[in-house]
Amino acid sequence: MKKVMMGNHAISHGATLARVQVIAAYPITPQTQVVELLSEIVADGKLKAEFIKVESEHSAMAACIGASSAGARAFTATSAQGLALMHELLHWAAGARLPIVMADINRAMAPPWTIWTDQNDSLSQRDTGWMQIYCQSNQEVLDSVIMAYKVAEKVLMPIMIVLDAFSLSHTYEIVDLPDQALVDKYLPPFDYKYKLDVKNPHTYGGLTTPDWYMEFRVKMHEAMDQALVEIKKEAGEFEKIFGRRYDTVDPYLVEDAETVLVTSGTAASTARFTVDQLRAQGKKVGNLRMRVLRPFPFADVREQLKNAKKVIVIDRNISYGYHGIWAQEVKSALYGHSKVPVFNFIAGLGGRDIFPETIADIVALVDKKKKPDQELYWVEVKR
Amino acid sequence: MKPTLPLEELMSPGHLACQGCGAGIAMRVTLKALGQDTIFTFPACCWTVIDGPFPYSCLEVPLLHMAFEATAATASGIKAAMDALGKSKTTICGWAGDGGTFDIGLQALSGAAERNDDIFYFCYDNEAYMNTGIQRSGATPYGAWTTTTPVKHFKKEAKKSIDDIVAAHKVPYQATASVAYPEDLFKKLVKAKDIRGFKFIHIISPCPPGWKARPEDTVKLARLAVQTGIYPIYEVDGGKYVQTMKTPNRKPVLDYLKLQGRFKHLKESDVADIQKMVDTRYAELEKRFSEK
Repeated sequence: MKKVMMGNHAISHGATLARVQVIAAYPITPQTQVVELLSEIVADGKLKAEFIKVESEHSAMAACIGASSAGARAFTATSAQGLALMHELLHWAAGARLPIVMADINRAMAPPWTIWTDQNDSLSQRDTGWMQIYCQSNQEVLDSVIMAYKVAEKVLMPIMIVLDAFSLSHTYEIVDLPDQALVDKYLPPFDYKYKLDVKNPHTYGGLTTPDWYMEFRVKMHEAMDQALVEIKKEAGEFEKIFGRRYDTVDPYLVEDAETVLVTSGTAASTARFTVDQLRAQGKKVGNLRMRVLRPFPFADVREQLKNAKKVIVIDRNISYGYHGIWAQEVKSALYGHSKVPVFNFIAGLGGRDIFPETIADIVALVDKKKKPDQELYWVEVKR
Repeated sequence: MKPTLPLEELMSPGHLACQGCGAGIAMRVTLKALGQDTIFTFPACCWTVIDGPFPYSCLEVPLLHMAFEATAATASGIKAAMDALGKSKTTICGWAGDGGTFDIGLQALSGAAERNDDIFYFCYDNEAYMNTGIQRSGATPYGAWTTTTPVKHFKKEAKKSIDDIVAAHKVPYQATASVAYPEDLFKKLVKAKDIRGFKFIHIISPCPPGWKARPEDTVKLARLAVQTGIYPIYEVDGGKYVQTMKTPNRKPVLDYLKLQGRFKHLKESDVADIQKMVDTRYAELEKRFSEK
């Protein structure tokens, strides 16, 4: 059934279709509609779930950890400061090997106070052990929540579904709402092998000496490697049932492109619009949309960028004193495999629009250069 | 002789508690009252260590170790899952020390109490951060030495009244208890187990290394804490205060203080100040005990 809905409601519907059993959440703009709609759905009895209205994001994640440990499918959603407050427990959820799914609506970090989008909130949680999936449409958001449980429950690692504040969270698009029966077929109920069970009591997370700590960590890393296999497998499985395909990366006209624009989130849609315009002018430009941050799809990135003469990474984030974060990731993947020059542009922080002209200007600038003459370029900044 | 408590043990020997640890007794009695159909979550606290290092555990019930400030919210999450999975009969317990309750875990505690989540929240109170080496907490009493309140600058603030803070949430049941009176604790827990909603149990649990006391004095100290009126034991059942261990002839606080090295620097005038503080607090509670 096709419906017009905002990105935030696409998350709520995704969680409902995934039959989540425990929701714990705390309000923060721009995430609020996710949990407002979910609380209505639960109160109306349309989803059989417990909804804990906690007093902080830290407690939201703590409750999800408790619920998931007890064997329930747990869900939460947050943004920016809320995600940062959870930081300690993001490590905990991953270290405890819990298949929790969370939506993060990308909002820039304060100060100064802001509610608009950029990716520094989620990207600074890169090393917590959470998978991260960046979406560009409301359909992808809904589908990704459902797929997230499938992958998370296979490898026992948590997943963050990430979308831009306002330009996706509050933007209405047509979304195909899948049939519950089909979702049930795709995503069966989950029986957590390591749940808290009074009939088979175990202790989880106890004090561990240097003799064993690394063994837990290597298993997490191997689970992430396996997650990459599962994500690629599920791209096919999901497509078979629902007719839509989501892989680790999403290429657009890259095959013969001399210059490839690497983007993520909604900036990718804008980049594609610009690619079409530039192609009409005869310029061989393509777009590679990064969808999965962790586990990082090294092989796919290398494969998609193998023909490029120049790579432009547009980062809606910044690692102060270094590069944009996607640029670091892409360069690291290419190192030793390719000599293609990588140009890094920082754009759209704190919700500033990235227009087609912004991207066209970036491409024009890069056209004049053989290789980068700066570590990174700030776009359209007042000085 | 008929035993006053069940003989069944859900806590095994071989745990890592110090000699004379009050927190060990508190857990042992609690498990006797709550039984096998119980799940615990611990934050960082002495019990993180007492339970035993991976892969060992001295508890015969499921246990989830968790971050320091997260006890109550974690227990709420476990409870919600058990409700969602049709296992509502299982008793869910958060079990934290005083630092994890009075200080860093207070927000989550207040949240769960306000929501009236159907869980037990236990605070075994040894009156400082004992696990990290005896640093002062909001539960450390006036006058005490700790490693962050050295003798020259002993603790000048009174113990935070956590019981009053919880009472302000008007929870269905709360109680104070002492490891010197296991039957009293047992009775309270058996009663509370059948009460739906938030239950707060605060257990005074002497710590020989932290209190600079002899291990064999643990029970004596826990008893004197009650008999001096420093730590009256009572319950608040549906808003009604009932003193469960009456102390008509209260002993002087000095009897309690003098057995502990953490108070040995105190002058006579300091002891008199403490006596006065205890008397005032006791009179306040007596008023509540006498309310019909």
